[in-house]
Amino acid sequence: MGWGTAAPVAVEGTHRLARMPELSRAEVAHVAMLARIQLSDAELDKLAGQLDQIVGFVATVGEIAADDIPPMSHPLPLVNVSRPDVVRPSLSSADALAAAPDAQAGRFAVPRILDEE
Amino acid sequence: MSPASVPSSNDIVRRGAADLGAAIADGSLSSVEVTQAHLDRIADVDDSVHAFLHVDAEGALAAARAADEARAAGETRSPLAGVPIAVKDIVATKGQPTTAGSRILQGWIPPYDATVTTRLRAAGLPILGKTNMDEFAMGSSTEHSAYGPTHNPWDLDRIPGGSGGGSSAAVAAFEAPLAIGTDTGGSIRQPAAVTGTVGTKPTYGGVSRYGLIALASSLDQAGPCTRSVLDAALLHEIIGGHDVMDSTSIDAPVPGVVEAARRGDVAGLRIGVVDEISGEGFQPGVRARFEESLKLLEARGAEIVRVGCPSFVKGLAAYYLILPSEASSNLAKFDAMRYGLRVGPQGVASPSAEQVMAATRDAGFGDEVKRRIILGTYALSAGYYDAYYGQAQKVRTLIARDFAAAFEQADVLVTPTAPTTAFKLGEKLDDPMAMYLNDVATIPANLAGVPGMSIPNGLAEDGLPTGFQILAPATRDDRLYEVGAALEAALLEQWGAPILDQAPALPVREVTR
Repeated sequence: MGWGTAAPVAVEGTHRLARMPELSRAEVAHVAMLARIQLSDAELDKLAGQLDQIVGFVATVGEIAADDIPPMSHPLPLVNVSRPDVVRPSLSSADALAAAPDAQAGRFAVPRILDEE
Repeated sequence: MSPASVPSSNDIVRRGAADLGAAIADGSLSSVEVTQAHLDRIADVDDSVHAFLHVDAEGALAAARAADEARAAGETRSPLAGVPIAVKDIVATKGQPTTAGSRILQGWIPPYDATVTTRLRAAGLPILGKTNMDEFAMGSSTEHSAYGPTHNPWDLDRIPGGSGGGSSAAVAAFEAPLAIGTDTGGSIRQPAAVTGTVGTKPTYGGVSRYGLIALASSLDQAGPCTRSVLDAALLHEIIGGHDVMDSTSIDAPVPGVVEAARRGDVAGLRIGVVDEISGEGFQPGVRARFEESLKLLEARGAEIVRVGCPSFVKGLAAYYLILPSEASSNLAKFDAMRYGLRVGPQGVASPSAEQVMAATRDAGFGDEVKRRIILGTYALSAGYYDAYYGQAQKVRTLIARDFAAAFEQADVLVTPTAPTTAFKLGEKLDDPMAMYLNDVATIPANLAGVPGMSIPNGLAEDGLPTGFQILAPATRDDRLYEVGAALEAALLEQWGAPILDQAPALPVREVTR
């Protein structure tokens, strides 16, 4: 049923469309962290049920026979667009940094990216 | 000038954009007068409507003075030069806050203009301010705005539609003669329907997306929100056309929308009624007005045919996979590092960048945005991609094929724009699935990239406005205006006055100026 609650990470190549999807609270928490959203317990309680219902609905795309149909990623036939490789005006460093939460020495200052060891 | 001959603000704000543009061009009104009248109207009624997140009186009046000076110098920038406009808060405006209705972008001032903004400025339209919307354009009611909902001018206890409810409400409440909206699944057309206004989603690629905060890149399109078909065409012409800054922009002239809006000739035109979206699930009053509109078009010489689009029934499910998938990717850039909100997790002494990201995105995004990001991340994850996103893309192909086949039999397709009139604020807020069902008639156009328009076609049994949707083949946006203008003229003949004359007067704040 959907993702096994004990093993929240999807297994490559498994499609379980025939069964009703079921998205558990633990699975929602796992996917939320993949999307870098730290949900509170109260939010998990609220969102998990709603997401399970929504996944049940969107899974009905599987009811239409489309095996031999090409996928459509975009409404227009896309062609490569390029322009001459010439220097043109762009944002100044000050403009680019103006909205930064933190800046230092003309650069974005970010929290630590390595473990403290 | 004697006081009696001075036009009152109320007279000015009720005039259409084309009319105001002509009055400014012939010198009978100045842009400053027109802009000030709308700023006054905003001050009077926006406490109750809440269409605006930010009003830029100073900037608008400076642009109005510039428009008046340009006219005095003999310059003709556009037929709408000097006519003020409201812009949805998802469109980047240099120097003016742009939040997309989200807490995560509170106070963000873009360092550049969207192409739409650049074109409005070049055409001489003063920008009154930024309009409210569902956060990142996710929603059908504006209730998902982090800054509180907009209220429908027809009934302040009801939703103005969404996501662009602020733009439509501003136009319906005479706070602006024109507004810019964006439409990913109906966010221009559905708000137009429930507020008794006109809204167009151009052909995908018809208006540049450069500088629009992306929701779903393969579906998003900006377009006009107005009170008449001609006003929409004039604005469409200004913002449309090729842009090198958007690689999906169509490299072709803007379709002849203004000529079509002035003509409004449907004689001999084949109008297709889509069987799958015309009956079941639609409010009786919505259906009744739709049937009457078909008769009016028939009386003007159109031929009504019925077409089947069998794959449309899976459009909603496909859309709610494709949109969250693209959104989960587009919204990954809100990572608390370069701009926008940054908060640390509580009780962590030296949090990592990853922890700061996750805490910020929890604090900065609202519930609907979280639901869709999580859904999209899930749909794109290994093992589920084929069954969800991949299958949705195949359904998208089938929907595009349905359109292609239908346009063999009909020059345009028509449906009611929304299944119901405006519902009560709060009614569907905690039932996301019920909210999604609002989009059933509007999303096929986004999935296939074809243009669509909604025009007001009456009041339902509850006294609230209904919308009539017109869909045309890609790049034939002119046909929307041809049919829209014809139906608008027929309805006006019947009503004797624009539909918004029937809207109740808004409570006006007592101000001393």
